[in-house]
Amino acid sequence: MSVYAYLVAVFVLLVGAFGIVRSRNLVHAVVCLSIAQSGTYILLLAVGYQSKATPPVFGSPATKPTKAVAEPLVQAMALTDIVVSATVTALLLAIAVQIHKRHNTVDPNELAALRG
Amino acid sequence: MLSYDDTVSLLPALAVAVPIVAACVLLMIGRRAPRPLVDGIAAATSAGVVAMLAVLLAHAGNGRVINWVGRWHPKNGYSVGIVLVGDEVGAGVALLAACLVLLALIYSWRYFEGVEAHYHCLMLLFLAGMVGFALTGDLFDMFVFFELMGAAAYALTGFKVEDATAVQGALNFGIINSLGAYIGLIGIGALFARVGNLTLPQLHEALAKHPPDALIVASFVAVLTAFLVKGAMVPFHFWLADAHAVAPTPVCVLFSGVMVPLGVYAVFRVYWLVFADVLPGSAVRRTFIVLGALTAVIGAVMCFAQRHFKRLLAYSTIAHVGLFLVAAGCLTESGTAGALLYVAGHAGVKSALFLLAGVMLNRYGSVDEIDLFGRGRDTRLTKWLFVIGGLALAGLPPFGTALGKAVGEEAGLSSGYEWVPVLFVAVSAVTGGAVLRVTGRVYFGLGDPPRPSDRSTSGSQEETEVPRLLPRVRITMLVPILVLLLGALALGVLPGAHEAAERAAGHFIDSAAYAKEALSGVAVHAAAVPPVGNWTLSGVLLGLLSAGLAVLCAAGALYSRRVGVWERATRGLDRGVDGLRALHSGHVGDYVAWLMTGMVALGAFVGIPLR
Repeated sequence: MSVYAYLVAVFVLLVGAFGIVRSRNLVHAVVCLSIAQSGTYILLLAVGYQSKATPPVFGSPATKPTKAVAEPLVQAMALTDIVVSATVTALLLAIAVQIHKRHNTVDPNELAALRG
Repeated sequence: MLSYDDTVSLLPALAVAVPIVAACVLLMIGRRAPRPLVDGIAAATSAGVVAMLAVLLAHAGNGRVINWVGRWHPKNGYSVGIVLVGDEVGAGVALLAACLVLLALIYSWRYFEGVEAHYHCLMLLFLAGMVGFALTGDLFDMFVFFELMGAAAYALTGFKVEDATAVQGALNFGIINSLGAYIGLIGIGALFARVGNLTLPQLHEALAKHPPDALIVASFVAVLTAFLVKGAMVPFHFWLADAHAVAPTPVCVLFSGVMVPLGVYAVFRVYWLVFADVLPGSAVRRTFIVLGALTAVIGAVMCFAQRHFKRLLAYSTIAHVGLFLVAAGCLTESGTAGALLYVAGHAGVKSALFLLAGVMLNRYGSVDEIDLFGRGRDTRLTKWLFVIGGLALAGLPPFGTALGKAVGEEAGLSSGYEWVPVLFVAVSAVTGGAVLRVTGRVYFGLGDPPRPSDRSTSGSQEETEVPRLLPRVRITMLVPILVLLLGALALGVLPGAHEAAERAAGHFIDSAAYAKEALSGVAVHAAAVPPVGNWTLSGVLLGLLSAGLAVLCAAGALYSRRVGVWERATRGLDRGVDGLRALHSGHVGDYVAWLMTGMVALGAFVGIPLR
């Protein structure tokens, strides 16, 4: 696998983080967080990828594969990662809605309840 | 039919699964069930987990309890399965988490009256996450449990959804912790790419033969960043004060008592098992000690500068985790033992103080030191509990905090850092002094009437957790406080506590034995530890010194206008503190910028000496 996929993964993570730093809207910040997480999906899938490999699906009873197969472990991890992302994003968006109700703004620059 | 040993080896998995199942049951019946039944199920479940983990801990003394989940046992030292390992430190930390959850649930029994079963459900999920995080022997599972306890913790922080500060604190907490976790996951993915496996024992075996190249350093820094965010080290610590100040009191107990120390636990679990043989110890030791000392100093200064009592306790937690990192960061057996004792003692004392903050909030409707001046003078027992808590936090012997502090100081000295005892005494004295200052003001009406100031977050907007302010402290609130303080006392008084900690620390850092035992199932017998007593003369004296200094700090702050020297000395300091305060802006973007800066600094610290 070429090194570009890894660079893209790290780039996406950093772009997401930069988006949170510059964010003027908490919904935007939460979406940036899930963009940062997309970097981890790319990385995990890149780790397991092999060119011209088949998907890791075996017959039953399992026969020994004749061709190279993609790494199934990282795919399982990416799936788990997506589940985690869905939970966290949903929760944080719900909190952002609640912040809008209480503070009448979703701009982090205008939230001044916690200081010092 | 399962044999006894098979049953024991199931315990790590059961301790994670039982609270999750109970949480699901509570979600199903919670709408219709009466509150006492919900309380009963939640408390009984956590009591059951306490019992299971106590048995596990007793067995871990004779050798690690290994459970390859789903019987994916390794063949020829290789397995794609995942493993749970109960060693003394892992089982001990998990047991601490379960005990604190049980006490927090008892405390909430008659106190948190408005809540429905969601609260109990989240507490049990949080417990499952913490137990799993402590017992897992798999790096990817550490990420999953990190996020499980994270998600439960974010929801619990924002539990008072009507409270404007609570939702803001929860969002900051959620974004910073999740971003930290994803950075850690990048590191985990990079390690998988190098090794093709993610169980800690197999990583240990595979990496032991590698030279330290850029990929390994980068993945170390990334994984470390995730756990240091959880462990609230400067500059990854900003979320902690925001989250602690706003979370319901029983939840703060779990955050400060065990969740934040779990971050430190994970740092050293992963360091010892995966990176200790690859990266040179001297560069890593320097990184840990510098980071820990910086955290301790900033935490202590910010702690003394607060007027919101829960926020003050939160900064005191930051200061203390800094000390844990210094102690364990010596990378010796006695340093690790000191950190273990200190974590346990601190959990008891700090949790008791948070529960006392809950008592304050729900009797007077505020946790603000300045608003409440002299309000608590008529209490009889509570004020003395505050005094005991403050002194114990400062490290008054024979509390467990003092024992951990003494062992940590010794370890620092024997690793060649002469300034470590000074740091420990100063940080304990300042944080303990801050608690005593609040106690003096609120419960004894001591000192000059304070001037109002709006430089830091005030504690008067905190939403109470009872429908009407309490006329007196309830027994279900008092018992957990007493149990926690007595537990911290017992840790220092019981003979053999230090020796047991040394033994546990010895097993914790013996990663070759861990890997061999997990992969082959053959118990490895470690060398016996020479018997050590709990207390040394210097330890007791330094403990008394820091407690005395704490009283002086409190008195100086209370009567600052009468003591000219104190006022002049603090005026210059105040300006610096204001600069530090301005950094704690409550702005999530700033916090992320600090997180990235910290990660780069960490990389420089670890990577540059390797060139």
